[in-house]
Amino acid sequence: MYFLKRLAFLPPLLLVIAFLAFVLVRVAPGGPFDKERKPASPEIERALLARYHLDEPILKQFGRFLGGLAQGDFGASLKYRNHTVSDIIAQALPVSMELGALAFLFALGFGLPAGVIAAMGRGRWSDYSLSFLALLAVCVPGFVAGPLLVLLFAIHWQVFPVALWGGAMNAVLPTVSLGLYFAGKVARLTREGMLEVLQMDFITAARAKGLSETQILLRHALRLAILPVVSYSGPMLADLLTGSFVVENLFQIPGIGVFMVNSALSRDYTMVVGLVLLYAILLLLLNLIVDAAYTVLDPRVRHE
Amino acid sequence: MVSRPGAKPIRSGPSSPGPARRVVSSFSYALVCAGVIGLLAVGCSRHEPAANLVIINGAEPESLDPHLVTGQADGRVAMGLFEGVTRYDERTGSASPGLAERWDISPDGRVYTFHLRTNASWSTGEPITAEDFVWSWRRILDPATASEYAGVLFYLKNGEPFGTGKLKDFSQVGVRALDERTLRVELEAPTAFFLDLSGYQPYTVVPRRMIERYGDRWLHARPFMASGAYVLDFWRLNDKIRLRRNPHYWDVANTKSEIIDMLPCVVATTAFNLYQSHQADVLWDKDLIPPELLDAFRQRPDFHVFNLLGNYFFRYNVTRKPLDDARVRKALALAIDKQRIVQRITRGGEPVAACMSPPGIANGPLLYQPPAGLGYDPQKARDLLAEAGYPGGKGFPAIEYTYNTQESHKKIAVELQEMWQRELGIHVSLRQLEWKTYFRAQSMLDYDLIRSSWVEDYNDPNTFLDLFMSDNPNNRTGWKSPAYDQALRRANAEIDPATRGRLLRDAESILVEDQVPVVPLYFYVGMEFYDSHKLTGIYGNIRDEHPLRTIHRLGETRVGSLRR
Repeated sequence: MYFLKRLAFLPPLLLVIAFLAFVLVRVAPGGPFDKERKPASPEIERALLARYHLDEPILKQFGRFLGGLAQGDFGASLKYRNHTVSDIIAQALPVSMELGALAFLFALGFGLPAGVIAAMGRGRWSDYSLSFLALLAVCVPGFVAGPLLVLLFAIHWQVFPVALWGGAMNAVLPTVSLGLYFAGKVARLTREGMLEVLQMDFITAARAKGLSETQILLRHALRLAILPVVSYSGPMLADLLTGSFVVENLFQIPGIGVFMVNSALSRDYTMVVGLVLLYAILLLLLNLIVDAAYTVLDPRVRHE
Repeated sequence: MVSRPGAKPIRSGPSSPGPARRVVSSFSYALVCAGVIGLLAVGCSRHEPAANLVIINGAEPESLDPHLVTGQADGRVAMGLFEGVTRYDERTGSASPGLAERWDISPDGRVYTFHLRTNASWSTGEPITAEDFVWSWRRILDPATASEYAGVLFYLKNGEPFGTGKLKDFSQVGVRALDERTLRVELEAPTAFFLDLSGYQPYTVVPRRMIERYGDRWLHARPFMASGAYVLDFWRLNDKIRLRRNPHYWDVANTKSEIIDMLPCVVATTAFNLYQSHQADVLWDKDLIPPELLDAFRQRPDFHVFNLLGNYFFRYNVTRKPLDDARVRKALALAIDKQRIVQRITRGGEPVAACMSPPGIANGPLLYQPPAGLGYDPQKARDLLAEAGYPGGKGFPAIEYTYNTQESHKKIAVELQEMWQRELGIHVSLRQLEWKTYFRAQSMLDYDLIRSSWVEDYNDPNTFLDLFMSDNPNNRTGWKSPAYDQALRRANAEIDPATRGRLLRDAESILVEDQVPVVPLYFYVGMEFYDSHKLTGIYGNIRDEHPLRTIHRLGETRVGSLRR
């Protein structure tokens, strides 16, 4: 019931988000057709605006947009005039999702064990070195880590290609560049969660019961310790699946992240609104899923 | 963006580890599955034959429709797909016979009769007719098409009234099919550069059938109907554009590479890494070559620099005081040491500019001789400023120099600011704008001084000079001079090249010596990476034209062997 209620809230919320994006991008100075050279006559410029209905009052434009949306149509891109927004999303989103999913797995695959190992060896050498690495991963931004990885692995040792998308080898460096920050974050969250849980009474009880340390850690402690990671996973996944401007640009990957930034810069109104909606839907849905996961993982949490 | 989800209603309840554990294990199982699937998806994707030529083309084209294209990277692909009555020579960049094998020009220079080739055909094998041209030119002029480049066809008789919607009857526009293979074109004025224009992408012939049927998405429909040397195999945004040789192209015998990949790229290091690791044969976007590295690059034999027809200048807003005074405009211009800018900032061997028309620009069969323009003369600058009422810069109002966000623009702005302070004692503040805001500021005359640049559409001084006609939307200075308008109109009505050259020069002299609403700083050069030992058919020329049809790897046989 609780989840149904939240689901019911989604459409009006999305409508508000769409309206804000729709208005704000039009308020920004300059328009999609302000370029180095203007058309040879003002009439052509007017024809251009009329063609995309940009000469109409903004509410009428929004009504038109909603009408299109009802038929699943976001409209034509104003920058890429031969493509519709849906075309571009259909082409670019799967690429970003693929890369994002890989980076997500990388983040969990390295972050979780690192966090657990660090917590187990609290105050010892293993803890310090792993915590330092995690901190480093969080601090070094993608636009520094990416070029460094390229320099070492693609140019110096020539293990992986320098850029482009298509094969498994092409995916390695972008995955690491993109996932590094999140891996560090996950490691830190896991370590903290673990340390907190290990001091709880039920762990003492489990120890008293004579369970093995491994069993205590993996079966009892980890389940609670990863709750912060789970709640972080929602926004993290939304972030990762919708691509990264830096990593996609650096490795020339045909994902959606580049469009997220460039559509705003080029005032591609239809594209901006389409992408904002896409991101909002993903974020809201993933948060919902995270909350559902809570009820499964933490026996103390139950929704009505 | 990264935050914990909002408060949740929490209620404790009895623990039920049974089902929870099952869900947890199935959750982790699902994770593992997703990972495996993801890896497989990456591993299995893409089995495409390797290309015979890979070019790093610069920014992703916004369109490949030759009538909608505005950027150079876009045009370079579109021109491979579509052709006009003329096409550009790979060595000189000048117009040579394209889909028309020959033409007649009337003695008054106003009527061109093009004779199309008997073997001119679409990539589907159907013939290209004169009627196809009439339809294509009508399409780009039609306001409903909303082509930003339609103005290039205003040289046709009645092209402008039809293009601006004032004239509805297209039969009054100066283009007619006399028969299947004869196209008669009537112009408003004898246009010395019309053959150059007719090879330009807005004048290319496009497939009526596909456009009427598929609308804006016709480029994605198949079979692709090309009139040029290549057909569009596929176009994946930000990934690659793949072109394949058009077997029905009239000059297929001299179309060298079977498959060409055009890679988009906007990061200089990535572009250079791709080129350096042999994943691309050519890197031809100047924006991808950082000036800081030019000293190193210029030592390399595979780095090519050549002059082209483009310039870097700044505009004055002559509607604002004190810039409404030509003496002030000239004083600011004379105080600039342009040599210093090209030596210290741009560093590509750019020639300094004292006029708008770049060196080597043609005037019909002749070379155009531009006026000398204003040089570097700080003393004269100080005198002029004093004459205008600001001796030593005293009392000079606060003005601003506007540029769009980019490192080299900023460096030039700082350099100019310093020169004006030192030579004239005036302080000019700097304003940096994000690029769309910058264009809007320019067209709304919301600036004092603004950085600008221009690259030719065709090889004739008019492409630079007509910008500053009173009614040209690209004027954007507020400067209106009936004398200038008249001088340029007279030049363009003249048929004799020598006389026309003199008249053009008179007009340009008003612009850069007398009235000075703009100050040219330097002329652009083209910069490209390609290894002449491995690649041929590409030549630096002032038009910066590099037709795809002639570029190919050495040692690769004509029937595209796929070596990579």
